[in-house]
Amino acid sequence: MLEPVIKVEHLTKRFKDVAAVDDVSFSIARGITTALLGGNGAGKTTTIGMLLGLIVPTAGTITILGEDMLRHRHRVLPRLNFSSPYVDFPNRLKVRENLMVFAQLYGVRDAGGRIRELAADLDLGELLDKKTGSLSSGQKTRVSLAKALLNRPKILFLDEPTASLDPDTADWIRTYLERYQRATGASILLASHNMAEVERLCQDVLMMKAGRIVDRGTPSELLSRYGRANLEDVFLDIARSRRAEAAAQ
Amino acid sequence: MDIMQDAGPLRRIGAMLLRHYYLMRSSPTRIFDLMYWPLLQMIVWGFITVFFVRHSSWLVQASGVLIGAVLLWDVLVRSQFGMTLSLLEEMWSRNLANLFVSPLRPAEFAGALMVLSMFRSLLGVVPAALLAIPLFAYSIFDLGLPLIAFWAILLMFGWGVGLVIAAALTRFGLAAESYAWASIFILAPISGVYYPVDVLPGWLRAVSWAMPSTYVFEGMRAVMIDHVFRWNLVGPALVLNVVYLALGIMLFLAAFRSARERGQLLHAGE
Repeated sequence: MLEPVIKVEHLTKRFKDVAAVDDVSFSIARGITTALLGGNGAGKTTTIGMLLGLIVPTAGTITILGEDMLRHRHRVLPRLNFSSPYVDFPNRLKVRENLMVFAQLYGVRDAGGRIRELAADLDLGELLDKKTGSLSSGQKTRVSLAKALLNRPKILFLDEPTASLDPDTADWIRTYLERYQRATGASILLASHNMAEVERLCQDVLMMKAGRIVDRGTPSELLSRYGRANLEDVFLDIARSRRAEAAAQ
Repeated sequence: MDIMQDAGPLRRIGAMLLRHYYLMRSSPTRIFDLMYWPLLQMIVWGFITVFFVRHSSWLVQASGVLIGAVLLWDVLVRSQFGMTLSLLEEMWSRNLANLFVSPLRPAEFAGALMVLSMFRSLLGVVPAALLAIPLFAYSIFDLGLPLIAFWAILLMFGWGVGLVIAAALTRFGLAAESYAWASIFILAPISGVYYPVDVLPGWLRAVSWAMPSTYVFEGMRAVMIDHVFRWNLVGPALVLNVVYLALGIMLFLAAFRSARERGQLLHAGE
């Protein structure tokens, strides 16, 4: 396996008596896209929240880019970034202003130049001087992705990157992410409910259920293991605990 | 070439100030909101002063004492509001998760809130202070150098109270929003804003002297009525401020830690 950029050991998060993430261990290799799949409440968002330092684990260790994330997260955070449709920007600020604020927070050299570069890449040119609150959800997703790429992160965390996008724009974003990864060698951790997207983008899939990782493999390995033609059926098998049946068939 | 450089705390604090500068620039009503209450309060207390000067021998000694009090009181109120409003802006816009996956540290965030609070208190109170000159022939600037000490003490106390409320907002989310607006007013009756501390019952006087604001209002009356600046009031106020600020910072950092333990930063504002 390639050198891991994320190494998680016995990660657990309990909210009162509920184990949202339950003794999870995994590592993620450099330069690939990994999917975190699972139904609602499977523990994906909590796992990503802990990896980003937004949530303190109850137990376990997280090592990212060689640093202990629980003790030295501020050494690592400048090299990570994150995009989620469930986190917003100040709506009254123009797109350019929001990007400028985050460029300053990440210490980006030539922030104006980097914003112009991303605006060209992500087709944001005409949006830069619009108020963020006036954008459609698809446009906001592109702005959120631009923010996530400002510091050219070594690891990019994407929570449902194409949710609420029309098929054309979603395809365009996926193509962009593929190009970005090839160009920079970044690692991407992606939580998605779109199985076609996962099959296309990801070289590694972690399947979560009830806070645990219940299976793992490349998309083709999972398809073959479950005897299914697509990941959606694999997802349903796991969500409905049909692995044993599938294996028996 | 690496596109990043070590941002450093000052650049990150500057980024937060830039964010609020953009917000103010885009929303002139927010600037008007800052000025509205101090102006209204000054005008009401100005007319009360005009009335009392004709009927009170005490007020005749220093006719601007009530206007001065209301302006200084607003320094404290705007200082606290300035801190908590800046935090609320991030919560309302569901931006906290974006901020705290960036290299911004909680202490830098608190530092930015303090600087913002200073600007907000200036923007709120200075226009009212200037308008009092033509309207009521009273200039708070006649207090001279003591005004700087009074302003600094009230600003710092506002930070201390603001940090405690910011801690409550961080820990309990928008459910604690009403405290952001109401809490500071509990200090008005015990700080002797409009009357000497002597009028309070004995047990309440002890509480009153535990508030840095009390030293300011007593000091202001000493300057205006007795024409002396009582240095002996400045020291205890500063010591108390250091204590409240330290408590506020500890509470805020503890609340931030608690919010991370409870997973509230991801969903703040929802």
